[in-house]
Amino acid sequence: MIPSYVPPKYKVEVDPNKCMLCERCTIECSWGVHRREGDRIISYSNRCGACHRCVAMCPRDAITIKENAVSWRSHPLWDIDARADIYNQAKTGCILLSGMANAKDHPIYFDKIVLDACQVTNPSIDPLREPMELRTYIGKKPKQLEFEFVEEEIDGKKIKKAKLKTKIAPNLKLDTPIMIAHMSYGALSLNAHLSFAKAVKECGTFMGTGEGGLPKALYPYADHIITQVASGRFGVNEEYLMKGAAIEIKIGQGAKPGIGGHLPGEKVTAEISATRMIPEGSDAISPAPHHDIYSIEDLAQLVRSLKEATRWKKPVFVKIAAVHNAPAIAVGIATSDADAVVIDGYKGGTGAAPKVFRDHVGIPIEMAIAAVDQRLREEGLRNEISIIASGGIRCAADVFKAIALGADAVYIGTAAMVALGCRVCGRCYTGLCAWGIATQRPELVKRLDPEVGARRVANLIKAWTHEIKELLGAAGINSIESLRGNRDRLRGVGLNEKELEVLGIKLAGE
Amino acid sequence: MCGIIGFMSRKKRMIKGDKIALALDSLKERGNGKGSGYVGYGIYPTKYKDCYAFHILIDNTPKFEKIKVEVENVLEQYGTIVKDEEIPTEDGIIEKTQIPWRYFYEVDEKYADREEDVVVDIVMEINDKVDGAFVISSGKDLGVFKAVGWPNEVAEFYRIDKYEGYMWLAHARYPTNTKAWWGGAHPFNLLNWSVVHNGEITSYGTNKRFVEMFGYKCRLLTDTEVVAYILDLLMRKHKIPVEYALSALAPRFWDEIDKMPEEERELHTAIRLAYGGAMLNGPFAIAVGTPHGLIFMNGDIEKDTTMFGLTDRIKLRPLIAAEKDDMIFISSEESAIRRICPDLDRVWMPDAGMPVIARPWK
Amino acid sequence: MEEVVIDAKDMHYRELNEKIHQILRENPDIKKIVLKNVLGQRFIGNGLQKKGLTIEIYGIPGGDLGMFMNGPTIIVHGNAEFAPGNTMDDGTIVIYGSSGDVTAHSMRGGKVFVRGDVGYRSGIHMKAYKDKVPVLVIGGRAKDFLGEYMAGGIIIVLNIDEKGNDLGKIKGRMIGTGIHGGAIYIRGEIDKDQLGVAADIKEFTQEDLEKIKPYIEEFCKWFNLPEDVKNKLINSKWTKIAPISKRPFGKLYTPDLM
Repeated sequence: MIPSYVPPKYKVEVDPNKCMLCERCTIECSWGVHRREGDRIISYSNRCGACHRCVAMCPRDAITIKENAVSWRSHPLWDIDARADIYNQAKTGCILLSGMANAKDHPIYFDKIVLDACQVTNPSIDPLREPMELRTYIGKKPKQLEFEFVEEEIDGKKIKKAKLKTKIAPNLKLDTPIMIAHMSYGALSLNAHLSFAKAVKECGTFMGTGEGGLPKALYPYADHIITQVASGRFGVNEEYLMKGAAIEIKIGQGAKPGIGGHLPGEKVTAEISATRMIPEGSDAISPAPHHDIYSIEDLAQLVRSLKEATRWKKPVFVKIAAVHNAPAIAVGIATSDADAVVIDGYKGGTGAAPKVFRDHVGIPIEMAIAAVDQRLREEGLRNEISIIASGGIRCAADVFKAIALGADAVYIGTAAMVALGCRVCGRCYTGLCAWGIATQRPELVKRLDPEVGARRVANLIKAWTHEIKELLGAAGINSIESLRGNRDRLRGVGLNEKELEVLGIKLAGE
Repeated sequence: MCGIIGFMSRKKRMIKGDKIALALDSLKERGNGKGSGYVGYGIYPTKYKDCYAFHILIDNTPKFEKIKVEVENVLEQYGTIVKDEEIPTEDGIIEKTQIPWRYFYEVDEKYADREEDVVVDIVMEINDKVDGAFVISSGKDLGVFKAVGWPNEVAEFYRIDKYEGYMWLAHARYPTNTKAWWGGAHPFNLLNWSVVHNGEITSYGTNKRFVEMFGYKCRLLTDTEVVAYILDLLMRKHKIPVEYALSALAPRFWDEIDKMPEEERELHTAIRLAYGGAMLNGPFAIAVGTPHGLIFMNGDIEKDTTMFGLTDRIKLRPLIAAEKDDMIFISSEESAIRRICPDLDRVWMPDAGMPVIARPWK
Repeated sequence: MEEVVIDAKDMHYRELNEKIHQILRENPDIKKIVLKNVLGQRFIGNGLQKKGLTIEIYGIPGGDLGMFMNGPTIIVHGNAEFAPGNTMDDGTIVIYGSSGDVTAHSMRGGKVFVRGDVGYRSGIHMKAYKDKVPVLVIGGRAKDFLGEYMAGGIIIVLNIDEKGNDLGKIKGRMIGTGIHGGAIYIRGEIDKDQLGVAADIKEFTQEDLEKIKPYIEEFCKWFNLPEDVKNKLINSKWTKIAPISKRPFGKLYTPDLM
């Protein structure tokens, strides 16, 4: 029998002249690539996913990982992936599983949008020396304010005074419009979550629990955590709902719109079992739909039920995958008493998704933000609900463009994990993450020091925040609300007329 | 860089238009001859005082008559044209690419409860739907006169010295990001709101999309247009007291709000949350004429028109205020004020983002 | 001729400034030029080099008064518009009234005395180099962003009204924001939260007092302030604002490859 129809993707080489046989690589590689045989290290390249753990840890810089130089007969249609997938499925008869984000060569619209800067007719603002406000409130805003005039006696004189009649619903106060996305405890390690939690607290922003519940270790950070209610309802009880700063109903996810989730029993350790409130070792299945939401009015029902349970004190968000009909769905969400709609684009990451979904379902986040913002404006609802965008936000410029297209804030997932050391190797679902991020194995988890992790994630958020301030200053804007939906400050390059129309921006030169 | 000047007699003394023209002329260094304009309040005190005075620019082309009929069709849908005529102009001063026409107009009684909304609808409909016509003013007992030209040229063209008003605002334009055309010159007006502006609004895209949610349509290609609509929305439609409405345009900084006593903090937070889309960013100094019925935060309702000046909250554009007896002045430069009133009682520089409001004496 | 009077009434600034240059060309011994009825004419004294020359202005000079000037003295009997002393090299500007925004912008030498108030961002980017130390003395108060980006020189705020009485606590925000050289001396107390980024309150020492004393005395002399006011000014509580560091933002950047 042929061991594998698919040749190894990478070639791992240990230079025997440099190697001192310390065997560190054999310990570091959680996939078992390296093994000592006599006085040398043998590497099984077919197990390698280029996660770089061994390279990073080798004290002698002896390890090289290369793309395996095996030529496939080139064909424009039958590319390597197409053939490799078929070999795997022919062997197993299974759905292909994949991690991380859509890997197809679709346009990244963020990279086809350029920004404006002041020259002469208005001054750039120097954010280092002049005020620059990024504070963002996520939640319901009133369509208009109402005042009443109350007579008051001041120094013996009766004076009428304008008092605010309108009550403002609870909002989340963000010091920077960057939050960390919902990634569940289970998919990620406790130390990854602790890193995020410490970082968001330091940066004055928020993180999501994902649907894995809220481990007790995160309780000290709960006022910076948004709890999630997903179709599996894991860990959801009154305490959980009250504990967090806000609640997010997860309808769908950009990496796999239309399907649910599945945490395999072997990952359901004692702590995860306790947090999710399910038996140890049993599968944790999140159904594709919520079985109490088969239509929009049912969603409104759940929103209100959560509000009742929390005495209308917690903002409730609704997260949907960016799909064709996102604008109409967003209108439905906006009229449901929800405080924010989260749109997750098709470049959003995941620990595990059927590859056919990851690569083929959903729409670009840039189009989704533009269309949802526009539609909410046409309905006169935009002010009443916040828009949070996520799915493939890679840098400060992406955040800036997302806000200018119409978002209030963004969630970052993959970027926050990369800050922790993630190499986007896409094998989160194996639970063997050598960096201690997407794993529950204690020996791997402890590789991630939450203090170091928190420092790195906080650094990332702060660096992006600085960059956003610089970009705002260059655009002559000193408060983020004047960027929101300000598409006049964007231009497209290499986009056709229809793309520009959907994005609501002009072509460069116009 | 543009020059702005406005003055008001708090006794409502009538002042001839040549005064404002003279003051604006001394600001011409701040413009480039690509647009100048004036608005006078109280200029139609006779039998048309209670009519809406629509000043409309119509393309001076062979299609003129056709466009004019389209304009009148819109007007006649909602009310009666009491009188109409070409606004008198002087020949041979500037190229007359537009013909300024005025209609004295009464809104049909059946719209009595929402008369002003109907006027707004008419303005939006003409600006949006009638190709070749733009409404440049639509208030009562006031009129905007503007064109492409230097301050003195536009004043002579419109014979500004023949009008008398108790409040005047004027603007010398140096266009920044849009072309020089008559409709793009200041003042921008809607109902009795008139705005002259020095600066550029970097939040224009946000502001425009904000007011569009409430039915306004920005069609005049100049950022200042949106300011008139924001003022109308906040103060007329939403009835926000003027001081707070202006705080939406130039909000207090969050670090200031955080230090306020609770009630005030909640109020200013609410303003920023509800009206973030109305915040004007970028450098600006504006002078504004207002309608009757303005509400102040002490509950007073001003029965008369008022005038105010406001700058952006980090003060990127100049603004000087001055007083002499019943007169209040607001201008980009003190010298423009002293050109028409050399001896002033008081001259001061208003704080950034803090309005100066002139109210008529009772 | 040692003194010439020009009536600037209705004169464009180009005509007025050309006249000044013409007088200078024709009268090598000239000591004083008096400008009457000045109203908004810009660029008066722009780039003038002649030391020992005094230009006395009655009225309101326009913006950029004494810009690039190197030597002369300008005395204004009235208010000045924006940016008097802009990028000035040397010389003295004395303003009996108040002045507008960015007074003493980018000034690198000489002295500006303003009897009244100054506008926003006064003293912005003043800088010192070797023996050139620009000085801005403000009699009244300054609006926000005083001494922004300041890289050198001295700003003194006396905080008195026209009669010499104390004006009370200074209100400005973002004082000395981005300051990385020079010092701002304010008579009275300042709260830390009135300071901008990179500015710090430092101890006001005897040495500081010796440094600012001659400028306070010169101010009093120009504006005829009585001895008791002068002594009060000198003997008041002073707050010194100076940079935290010469490179306040040195740690902001990272190479894109580590």
